[in-house]
Amino acid sequence: MKDPGLIDPTRSDESDQRMDSGGVSRRAFLRGSGAAAAATALSNSLAEAAQRDGSPKIAGPGAVEITLTVNGQKKSLKVEPRVTLLDALRNDLDVTGAKRVCDRATCGACTVEIDGKPAYACSVLAIEAQGKAIKTIESLGADHPLVKAFVDNDAEQCGFCTPGFVMACNSFLKKCPNPTLEQVESGLGGNLCRCGTYMGIKGAVLQAAKALAAKGGVSNA
Amino acid sequence: MPEYKWPEADQRRVIGKRVNRLDGPAKASGAAKYTYDVNRPGMLHGKLLLCPHAHAKIAKIDTSAAEALPGVKGVLVIQGVGSEIRWHGDEIALVAAETEQRAIDGVRAIKVEYEVLPHYVNDRDAEAAGKFVVGKDKDGNDTTAARTAGEKLTGDPDAAFKGDVVTVEGDYGIAVITHCCLESHGVVAEWTGENELTLWISTQNVSGIAAQISGPLKIPAGNVRTVCDHIGGGFGSKFSPDRWGIFAAEMARKTGKPVKVMLDRNHELMSAGTRPSGFARIKVAAKKDGTLAAWESHHWGTNGPGGGTVAESAMPYVFRSIPNTRTRITGIATNTGPQRAWRAPNHPQGAAMTMCALADLAAALNMDELEFFKKNVGFTGLPDVYSEELDIAADLIGWKKKAHPRGDKTAGPIKRGLGISIHTWGGTPHNSTCDVTINPDGSVVVQLGSQDLGTGTRTILAQVAAETFGINVPDVKVNIGDSRFKPSGGSGGSTTVGGVSSACRRGCLDAAAGLLEKVAPALEAKPEDLEIVAGKVQVKGKADRSLTWKQACAKLGMQPLTKTGTQPGPTSGEHRLASGGVGGVQIADVSVDIETGIVKMNEFVAVQDQGLVLNPKTCESQILGAVIMGVCYAIMEEKIQDPITGRTLNPDMEFYKLAGIGDIGNIKVHLMSGPKYDAKGVIGNGEPPVISPGAAIANAVANAIGVRVPDLPLTADRVLAALDKKGGVA
Repeated sequence: MKDPGLIDPTRSDESDQRMDSGGVSRRAFLRGSGAAAAATALSNSLAEAAQRDGSPKIAGPGAVEITLTVNGQKKSLKVEPRVTLLDALRNDLDVTGAKRVCDRATCGACTVEIDGKPAYACSVLAIEAQGKAIKTIESLGADHPLVKAFVDNDAEQCGFCTPGFVMACNSFLKKCPNPTLEQVESGLGGNLCRCGTYMGIKGAVLQAAKALAAKGGVSNA
Repeated sequence: MPEYKWPEADQRRVIGKRVNRLDGPAKASGAAKYTYDVNRPGMLHGKLLLCPHAHAKIAKIDTSAAEALPGVKGVLVIQGVGSEIRWHGDEIALVAAETEQRAIDGVRAIKVEYEVLPHYVNDRDAEAAGKFVVGKDKDGNDTTAARTAGEKLTGDPDAAFKGDVVTVEGDYGIAVITHCCLESHGVVAEWTGENELTLWISTQNVSGIAAQISGPLKIPAGNVRTVCDHIGGGFGSKFSPDRWGIFAAEMARKTGKPVKVMLDRNHELMSAGTRPSGFARIKVAAKKDGTLAAWESHHWGTNGPGGGTVAESAMPYVFRSIPNTRTRITGIATNTGPQRAWRAPNHPQGAAMTMCALADLAAALNMDELEFFKKNVGFTGLPDVYSEELDIAADLIGWKKKAHPRGDKTAGPIKRGLGISIHTWGGTPHNSTCDVTINPDGSVVVQLGSQDLGTGTRTILAQVAAETFGINVPDVKVNIGDSRFKPSGGSGGSTTVGGVSSACRRGCLDAAAGLLEKVAPALEAKPEDLEIVAGKVQVKGKADRSLTWKQACAKLGMQPLTKTGTQPGPTSGEHRLASGGVGGVQIADVSVDIETGIVKMNEFVAVQDQGLVLNPKTCESQILGAVIMGVCYAIMEEKIQDPITGRTLNPDMEFYKLAGIGDIGNIKVHLMSGPKYDAKGVIGNGEPPVISPGAAIANAVANAIGVRVPDLPLTADRVLAALDKKGGVA
């Protein structure tokens, strides 16, 4: 079974309330689009009216200033609301560890963590990710036990799926710190590799689990 | 002149050892930069308009609305009015804009009127192809989508089939697949001066791109610099700058800005290469004792609009010396994206068709499949290798314990079976020139215009240098991936490891000889009396008359010492550092649920003859990866064309299926080793292990369920249909 890993739009936690600075939370977006459901399109005038009424702010359609917190650093950028988090990271912030492969939530090459949970960055809008802690592969570094385990087990060939896989493994080990082989095989079903590095990845996850346990578990930072 | 050979087994410190890949940490930590990751100042993003029809003529094209859009900086028509488009997904125009989103807007704003033409996409049905008229020949007769590519006869098959033989006849086949590189094809093009182009390109052919793009761009090849530090998969599909690369460069010239064009996933799957399909009607006979006696086959398939199919040399596959054969080929032209070399061209199809027919014959003879293959290895080019490997593979899979006659007779819906396939490949070295530099501080640089496809090219180069100089792998800097370095062949046909390791070894041995000349006076000896051992240069056998490596290199003074090693190509003369011609045996162990039709991998054994293995770790990874790729095309992977519209139905990764980590079962690799194999020198192994999985898995499924599923991939619907039709164990 695959962990969908995506942000749950129905959840109720404080991250929903943290939206500000020009962004719009997914919940607020849903409320906003609900208000506009009677119209065939969400026109600018409706959007403006909604804002005058003190309703949630509607972003766009042009580029908007946003701030993303990437690996602990606040980054300001200007993107159209339709830009995905993945494209904002790669094209606007030059943070290129997360890869674009399928661009539609199938292959996991773009896996990042958002507020501690794995997410496909190709399927999250950049404006949605404001106010959230975005963690990319670059935050781990070459000395991370998981990175080392990937190298030791030769769990990479062309390497294009690898950063996403490492991030998925990192999240998986938080949930399942002492996995069986069967749990590895089901828990990492949300990532695809073309070169065929799965045997190495199985070994890497089991090795990293041991190494991380010795260090007191996967860091949630 | 030094003798160019590899050190004897007992003297190897670094080669043959399980060294971690050098670029592993950079890749696993996201630091490795691929073409897709290159962002240049002021760079524009290019997006391509693709043809929505399988066959059409362009009647009208209007780009004015696109050009007027904010953010759009340029529009180039790739195929204009009058062009005949021959597959869904071919490129019509390129739009460059400040952002990808604006470029997408631009693509959508281009208005094209198509004259839609009749299409043909059915490659399974050679008869239908023969009735689909595509034009007239010079005599005014109709030409069709089916093209007879030839017939070949040996011996007297008609008489042989009438003899005292057991004969089977059946249908076999394997569908078109794509390369599905995770990093799509593409480039970043930047003009760095008058007529000076830098091209970051996802390529298997760093040294061979300039000569292909300089003509279309009308600049000297020497003005093109090609860079590829890392490539996110190629598998045979990335040797050319491609039309999108040429137009990206034209767009960069037109706009005066760097331009990035990376294919979207749908484009990648529709246009960036396929592996041709192969379908066959095969009749094969053996004497009662199992000795092969005759073969007759008609095979067909498509490689796209070109109308070719699997080569004659692949049918029958491996068992090329079967007496009394008749083979016939029909190529089918389809309105689908064209083929590109796909890892071991022709061989996986040849194996899937041939080995399945042979396994069916073994079943008809009531003969154990393993015994049958062993009985007939004499009809192959490598009988001794296959005999040895068949025994090892059988042992590793537990053949004696698990094997049963066709059809698992145990109760319940889950049926288990074993299947065998054997394969061969060349893998001779390509041409390669390699600069090896010893610096006065003792550091060593190996530099050449090759590329690392994820095979471990960087790593084995460092191992070769470290071995030769008695130093450690981290002390060697390997520079590849830049056309400013001396040329090496493209990485195709499993030619790289033999080519670059030979060139590197030659350069290292020459550089070592040069160093010994400089060091000899200090050790009061002749250069030929010196040797390099771990960490030291010494008088042969005399550890007390030595200098450390660093002390020795300091004798170079201020000038580094550079020597160039050359591997001329496949013929390496009397000094055999590399060669080709390997054999492999694979056995699959699968379970099939006869109620759902789902095939599940239990175990897989890959036994491979690989010559001298420089790095067992990365070599095994290649084999594991090849087997997993084989699992994909054996049970799930297929490019599907809609007969009604001619369009590709699954140009995405939801429905173009690749195996996940839970789909592969347990895979065991065994590398043949020892003096006999070492003596062959280094041989590439990118392709051989990807050839047999389809056949081995298909044979295992037949062994499990008692009936042949004719076509790969062995999807649930095909398995159920085969059970339904022939009344298998269900």
